[in-house]
Amino acid sequence: MSALDLIPAPNPVGRAHAVWVHARTEAWLLLRNGEQLLLALIIPLGVLLLGRFIGSQFIGINALAGSVLAMGVWSTGFTATAIATGFERRYGVLERFAATPLTPTGLVLGKAVSVIMITLAQLVVLGLAAALLGWRPSPTISEVGVLLLTLPLAMISFVSLALLMAGRLRAEITLALANVVHLVIVVCGGLVVPLAAHPAGLGALVGLLPTAALGEAFRAFADPAAVASGWPVLVSAAWAAATVLLARKAFRWI
Amino acid sequence: MLVAEGLGVDLDRHRILIDLDLRVRAGESTVLLGPNGAGKTTFVRACTGLVAPSSGTLTVCGRRPARAAAEGRIGLMPQVAGAWSGIRAGELLNHLAALHRDPLPLAPLVERLGLGSALTTAYRRLSGGQQQAVNLIGALLGRPELVFLDEPTAGMDPRARRTTWGLVTELHTAGVAVLLTTHDMIEAAELADQIVIIDAGRARLSGTPAELTASDRSLEDVYLTATENSADLQSGPVT
Repeated sequence: MSALDLIPAPNPVGRAHAVWVHARTEAWLLLRNGEQLLLALIIPLGVLLLGRFIGSQFIGINALAGSVLAMGVWSTGFTATAIATGFERRYGVLERFAATPLTPTGLVLGKAVSVIMITLAQLVVLGLAAALLGWRPSPTISEVGVLLLTLPLAMISFVSLALLMAGRLRAEITLALANVVHLVIVVCGGLVVPLAAHPAGLGALVGLLPTAALGEAFRAFADPAAVASGWPVLVSAAWAAATVLLARKAFRWI
Repeated sequence: MLVAEGLGVDLDRHRILIDLDLRVRAGESTVLLGPNGAGKTTFVRACTGLVAPSSGTLTVCGRRPARAAAEGRIGLMPQVAGAWSGIRAGELLNHLAALHRDPLPLAPLVERLGLGSALTTAYRRLSGGQQQAVNLIGALLGRPELVFLDEPTAGMDPRARRTTWGLVTELHTAGVAVLLTTHDMIEAAELADQIVIIDAGRARLSGTPAELTASDRSLEDVYLTATENSADLQSGPVT
């Protein structure tokens, strides 16, 4: 009945290709998922519109654009990654693919590449939307430099925190907790509200968060009135180093 | 093809596998029988590199398990779903095939397992038997040397079960080594060249089906006797 040739002949693709295949699939599934799309685009766009038309007396369009871009990165890097990974772990996706030529390391790299792809697409869409609403950035070279260093470091810390949560907790708890943390950080984590708008003591404390570092780096880039400093790079580098170590130690595949 | 010698695995400070010896040869099917919690799935996870041995040695295709997996030498049919919640069955299989340069053609496998119209359905909406069929195809796509089938026919209807048995028989005819876990004694007797009964993490009995049933006892009787002290032998904390 069958003309199947089952004689063993393994011949895996190269590691880089396997990572790309995985990243492509993960990004496509993320884009198809309504809840993830809500987090990644709809809510940041809503905040942009609300801030522009209702809250313009509190925050100008330039600072608002920086805040919303930072919020987009946080949504994808932490919240979407935590929720997706929690359910991948529960559904045995990690178990299945760890036993393929992709390997566990390739799986994490594939996830990272998919997060980068989604984040870049988000930044383009949100940036264009902000430009349509009047955002006119004019960053200095040092502001661009601070952002280019802070952005990947903050993303590494967000993804590591997401893996730390998803790799230890049950999927349902990760879903609930990631959404709560998302909201708390958006409101209180220096992402949307500039540090200068916080009371002095609280501002210094919030300023130690990687979300505040990213928010300030984006606002310095986006708002000609803001001035870049080097601390977002230091804060995000410290968080990236600590969270990568923690995630490597604590993450469980099953 | 697979050699475990004195294998021990500890998880969360509990001994899950203890001093386990087991061999699977090319072109042979080894069936792992044991009650729930005996350590069968943990053994499969150790063989795919997902959990690390605490003691003893374990080689898969002559290599470390993770290396064998990276080289595409093993195929895994997991007991759990093993798929993203939003992916369609066909997308999952194409994704798995894309990890190999020369994968088996999908169409004849899909036809054999009667999955044609299910490929465009979300994996999570498939019946249990259809999900198992997708998982079986996923394990074979990369033309592996050694296949792990973790309860491959659980949830399958009798026809799908017979088709799966036929494929497993063809696999060892083609020279593929098969390690299969099951609770189904008929399946074990039908497919096994060798049966290993494990309980509380230890191998209790092993042999060919003919050897195990030589005294006119059914395989089920042999299994029940070998595992009758199961409750007393639960694998315990590491001391």
